[in-house]
Amino acid sequence: MFADYSWGELLSIFAMQGFAGLILFSVFVLMALGLAIIFGQMGVINMAHGEFMILGAYVTYLVSRLFESYAPALFGIYFFIAMALAFVVAGALGMLVEWALIRRLYKRPLDTLLATWGLSLILQQLFRTVFGAREVGVTIPQWMMGSLPLTDTIEVPINGLFVMALAMGISAAIYVLMFRSRWGLQVRAVVANRTMADAVGINTERTDRLTFGIGCGVAGVAGAAFTMIGSTGPTSGQLYIVDTFLVVVFGGAGSLIGTIASAFSISQAQSILEFFLSGSMAKVLTLLAVVGILMVRPQGLFALKLRK
Amino acid sequence: MTDFPAMATGRDGRFLNRTEMLGAVALALMIFVLLPLALDPFRLNLFGKYLTYAFVAVGLVLCWGAGGILSLGQGVFFGLGGYALAMFLKLEASTPEATKIQSTPGIPDFMDWNQITALPGWWQPFHSLSFTIVAVVAVPVIFAFIIGTAMFRRRVGGVYFSIITQAVAAILTILIIGQQGYTGGVNGITDLRTLKGWDIRTDEAKTILYFVNGALLFACLALAQFVRRSKLGRILIAMRDREDRVRFSGYDVASFKIFVFCLGAGFAAIGGAMFTLQVGFMSPSFVGIVPSIEMVIFCAVGGRNSILGAVWGTLLVNWAKTSFSESFPELWQFGMGALFIAVVLVFPDGLAGLWKQHVEPWIGRLKPRRPAPQPAE
Repeated sequence: MFADYSWGELLSIFAMQGFAGLILFSVFVLMALGLAIIFGQMGVINMAHGEFMILGAYVTYLVSRLFESYAPALFGIYFFIAMALAFVVAGALGMLVEWALIRRLYKRPLDTLLATWGLSLILQQLFRTVFGAREVGVTIPQWMMGSLPLTDTIEVPINGLFVMALAMGISAAIYVLMFRSRWGLQVRAVVANRTMADAVGINTERTDRLTFGIGCGVAGVAGAAFTMIGSTGPTSGQLYIVDTFLVVVFGGAGSLIGTIASAFSISQAQSILEFFLSGSMAKVLTLLAVVGILMVRPQGLFALKLRK
Repeated sequence: MTDFPAMATGRDGRFLNRTEMLGAVALALMIFVLLPLALDPFRLNLFGKYLTYAFVAVGLVLCWGAGGILSLGQGVFFGLGGYALAMFLKLEASTPEATKIQSTPGIPDFMDWNQITALPGWWQPFHSLSFTIVAVVAVPVIFAFIIGTAMFRRRVGGVYFSIITQAVAAILTILIIGQQGYTGGVNGITDLRTLKGWDIRTDEAKTILYFVNGALLFACLALAQFVRRSKLGRILIAMRDREDRVRFSGYDVASFKIFVFCLGAGFAAIGGAMFTLQVGFMSPSFVGIVPSIEMVIFCAVGGRNSILGAVWGTLLVNWAKTSFSESFPELWQFGMGALFIAVVLVFPDGLAGLWKQHVEPWIGRLKPRRPAPQPAE
C-alpha cells in the first residue's frame, strides 16, 4: 500500500497524520484525565463523564453568545473565561452528584455504572430541552483561525496547537495537584487505604467529594476545548465514553502517566491507520488491538503495584 | 451483597417450591392466555418483541445476579443470533426472480447497491436452514467462549470485564456499520419475507411466532432454574460473594464463569433470532452499547436475582417505554434516567424484591396454617 507514494509524500503523510494524531491525543488526554482521577483513584465508573464534558461545551457556547452580544471588544479572550466557568459549573455539579448519589455506592462499583448511566440520560434530555436537539457551534476568535505553514506540504492548524497546549497545561496542573500538594497526598492516602486514612484524621468524605468534583471539572474544561474543534449536541458525550474508558483502562487505572501514554499510542495508531484504511476500520483495528493487549495485560500498561 | 433467595438453592429437593410454582403459573397465564386474549395482533406482536429481550434478561440474571459478572455487551450476542437468522431469511428473499431488476440478480439488495457482484463466501452456508439454526446459537456461544476464556483465565473481572464487553459491543457496531456491502450497514438486514416458504409477515404467522417465542422462553426459564438449583448455581453464588475462598477450595473459578457467560450468550442469541423473525429485520441499533445497557436495566428492574422477575421487568419497562414515549418522549427520557437511579439506590432487588417483601407475606397468610417444622437437631 506504500508503493503508490514517493518518499517525500510518505514523509508528509506521516507528519500530517502524526500531527492529526497529536490533536486527537490532546483530546483523549483531556477526556481521560478527569476519568483517570475518578475511575483510577476512586474506582467509581462514571458513565456520565461524557455529559459533564458536554456541559462544559454548552457553558462555553453560552459565554461566547454573551460576549458576542454584550462585549464584542473582548471577544478574543472569552474562551479563557468560558473555560474557568466550565470548570466551576461541571465541578459543582460533580460535587452535588457525589453527595446525592455516588457516596452511597462506593462499595458497589458496578452499581455506580448503572446509576451514572441514568444520570447521563437525564442530563442528555436536559440539554435537549434547554438547547434543542440540533448541534451548536461557537464562533472561534480571529487569532485562533488559520494555520501555520511549516513546509510546502505540511501545515499546522492553530486551534489544534491551542488544544495541545491546553492538554499539556492541564496535565501539568493535575500532576502538581496530585503529587505535589497536600490534597493530592490525602487523595492517594484515601485510595491506598480508606480506613487507615480515616484513622489518621483525613476527612475522607470531603476528600472524595473534592476528588469527584475536580474530575468532573476537568471534564468540563475538556468540553470547552472541544468547542474549538467541533460542534456540540446533546448526545455527543456518549460517542466518547467508550474511548475514554479504554484509554484509562489501557493505561492502567490509577496511573496518570499511563493514561497519557495510552492516549498517545491509541490516538497515533488510529490516526495513521485512518489514512490507509477507512475511518471505521481504523477504529475497529485500534480498539481490537487495545482489547487484545488488555487480555494479555489486564492491569494495563502502567499498573500500580497494589496489595489487595 | 444481597442474599440470593434461599429457595433457589433447592435444599427442599423440589424443582420449584410452592411460591415459585405460583409465580411460573402466573407468568404462563399472562403470556399464553391473558395477553393473546386482550391484545390485537399488532400489540401482541409488540409484546412478542419485548419477550425476545426477556431472553437476554434471564441470561443476565444468571451471569450478573448469580455469577456477579456484569456483561455490558449482551447486545452483541442478541445481534449475532439475530443476524444469523436474518442472513438466512434474506437469502431466501433474494431469489433471482425476486431480485431480477438488480444488476446481479440473486444476491441481497444491499450488496447490489454496494457494487458487490458475488455472494461472499461466509454468506454461502446460510442457504441451509439447519446450518443457520445451529449457527444462531453456536456463533454467539463460541464468541462468548473466546471472550470469556481470554478474560476469566487471566482473572479479569468486575468492572474491567464490563468495560471490555462494552468495547466489544462498540467494535461490532462500528464493524457492521462500516462494512455496508456485507452487512447492510446502518439499515441492517431488512425486507425479510418467508421462512421456508411460510410468509412471516401475516398476522396469523406473527401470532404463531408469538406462541413459539413464549414456549422457547419457558424452555430457557426451565434451564435457568435447573442451573440455579444445581450445585453449579450454588458455586456461582459462592463465587460472587467470596471468589478467593472458592478458588482456594479447589474449584476452577474461570470455567464456571466461562460456562455461565456462554449460557447467557446462548439465551441472548435465541432472543435475537426470535426478534428477527417477529419484527422482520435486524439492525446494528440492537447490538451497540445503549441497547446492551438497556437490557441490563430490564434485568435490574425485574430483580437481578430472580429469573421470573427479569421477565416481568422486561415486559413492564418496555410496555411503559412504548406507551409513555408515544405521548411524552421528553418525560420518558427523564423517567428512564430516574428509573436507573431509583433501582440502584432504592430497590436493588427490583420488582422481585418488592414481591418478596410485600406480596409473599400476604400470600403466606392466606395459606392454611400448619405446625412449624421442628429443627432437625
